[in-house]
Amino acid sequence: MTSTEPKQRPAAPPRVAPATDRLQRLLALVPYVVSRKVVGLADTAAAFGISERELVDDLNMLWCVELRSPDPYCPIDLSYEGGEIVVSEAESFDRPLRLGVDEASALLVALRMLAELPSLEERSALYRTIAKLEAAAGSAGEVSAQVAVQLDDRGTRTAAAQARDAIERGRRLHLSYYVPDRDEATERDVDPMRLLVVEGRTYLEGWCLRAEAVRLFRLDRVLDLAVLDEPASVPAQAEPRDVDQGLFRPSADDVEVELELSAAGRWVAEYYPCERVTDLGDGRLQVRLRTPDTRLVRRLALRLGEDGRVISPADLAAEIREDAAAALAQYA
Amino acid sequence: MSRRKTERLLSLVVCLLSAGKYLTASQIRDAVPGYPESFDAFKRMFERDKDELRELGIPLETGVSAATDAEPGYRIPRQAYGLPEIRLEPDEAAVLGLAARVWRRAELAGAAAGALLKLRAAGIDAEETTQPGIEPRLQTGEAAFGPLWEAVRDRRPVSFSHRAAGRSASQQRRLEPWGVVNRHGRWYVAGLDTDRGETRVFRLSRIDGPVTFSGPAGTITVPPGTDVRTLVREWDNEPQARTAVLQVRQGGGYGLRRGASAVRADPQRPGWDLVEVPFSDVGWHSEHLASFGADAVVIEPADLRDAVMGRLKGVLA
Repeated sequence: MTSTEPKQRPAAPPRVAPATDRLQRLLALVPYVVSRKVVGLADTAAAFGISERELVDDLNMLWCVELRSPDPYCPIDLSYEGGEIVVSEAESFDRPLRLGVDEASALLVALRMLAELPSLEERSALYRTIAKLEAAAGSAGEVSAQVAVQLDDRGTRTAAAQARDAIERGRRLHLSYYVPDRDEATERDVDPMRLLVVEGRTYLEGWCLRAEAVRLFRLDRVLDLAVLDEPASVPAQAEPRDVDQGLFRPSADDVEVELELSAAGRWVAEYYPCERVTDLGDGRLQVRLRTPDTRLVRRLALRLGEDGRVISPADLAAEIREDAAAALAQYA
Repeated sequence: MSRRKTERLLSLVVCLLSAGKYLTASQIRDAVPGYPESFDAFKRMFERDKDELRELGIPLETGVSAATDAEPGYRIPRQAYGLPEIRLEPDEAAVLGLAARVWRRAELAGAAAGALLKLRAAGIDAEETTQPGIEPRLQTGEAAFGPLWEAVRDRRPVSFSHRAAGRSASQQRRLEPWGVVNRHGRWYVAGLDTDRGETRVFRLSRIDGPVTFSGPAGTITVPPGTDVRTLVREWDNEPQARTAVLQVRQGGGYGLRRGASAVRADPQRPGWDLVEVPFSDVGWHSEHLASFGADAVVIEPADLRDAVMGRLKGVLA
């Protein structure tokens, strides 16, 4: 792999069946109040992500539950006068429903992934939480052992710990950073903002004083890192990127490149964020990608050999032929 | 869900939870408002309601309270319904909130949010907040993740079409999936390939087309002691048994120097270093070396040297 920022595919929307959404909320609402004895309407609405009006409607619905037989009675009694919810009667209904397999697995897999993070100091809290959640989930948590996440932390543990330390103490960092697209080591000062763990890798997000912009640095490409005595001063205009929108942000200055790939070169479409992928049959693809630096594509084309061909721009295709000829001349 | 249906299902859950014994279908119809008068129409609606509750994970049981009862009834045992007592310290609740963010916008995001809702209902003050300075995410962009997770969870065999690296055609595979593993940001499924009778690992991004269930739930047995992490790691890691000697231009080839076992100045060629690099696969490594263009020259072994030259000639072909 030469490199690039990881590719982000469109994320699936959260899968909560809307048909049962409200029932799940109603079942959780009573125990939520009971476990806290008394709670405010506003706080509760915020905790459930609904408006106060919706919450009042939920409370009324719970209060109105009436069973008609053998004798008519209302099993739930509650009030929300003065903006405070109190449940005075909630027969057999004061515990939340146990966790389902998907629910228990989602949290356990995520907690075990966090326990692998090189930079997290909360390891002891993580192990305690995992044990308690496993106990509470019971058999619903067992399948989660068949889902595992292994982060790529080769050679990044020290850098991650130093970066986290600098973030917490608000200190500037000096990085010696390898840029594989150009096969260059670069030196730069960075005011660190946060660490991102995305697609199995850890990135440092920070204000790069050389680029005068927010940049992401893959920790496994940090050749050397020093925490400086100078305080970090991240400018107000430094926008942290929305991780869920993808790490790769195309820019208007990017060069648009069309590539034709053989079946053996298809991996390019998996590794690079391609804007358009056309199936040419026989496993061949035509892809369009954008790059801020054509050196990335030149190196990629040498790697691909006959498995990939740059169609446009034409001058880039010519440069690549020159690169290949110069490299071959070394073997003459 | 209509308001009336929500009210009916809520009443049904409360009714079955508070009864403390099995209730027959007609007892339920008498107690829970909202069911139609006709017994057949009631039965149809009640059947659908039962399915919905079970889908929510509500343990709805069928049985009789006494051996003399003629008709079986229904109940929700409180013990099986309720989440067991769980208390978290503030630092534990904080990491739980961080964990709930991990799946955000990915396949199990809804499940994580649902779990957090229940834990808060149990009295835990866990917010989906971030730890200062760290933002971890798991992505599930591969369409195959959802069905494969369900297959692992429900122990069902699957079949799918898979295109191996470098192959021009896809092959149909039948698999008893044992687990899904995200290794270094990519999802894999490990299991028994039933056509070959062997353990296999497949990368999810190379599955093209839908994953279909090829058998009923509960029909797979994961062999005792199976560690899916290890299966995927071993599949991914080849031992680097060979060593290449390269000439690398001074001031260039950083990517090669980083993985080198030895670097020294080349006595025969000023301005160049001799760099020794461990490798295993000639194909992959020749591609990697070719990407350095005129900054790196393979001295030995000969098969790697030929492969790099072949790559470069391919560019000019």
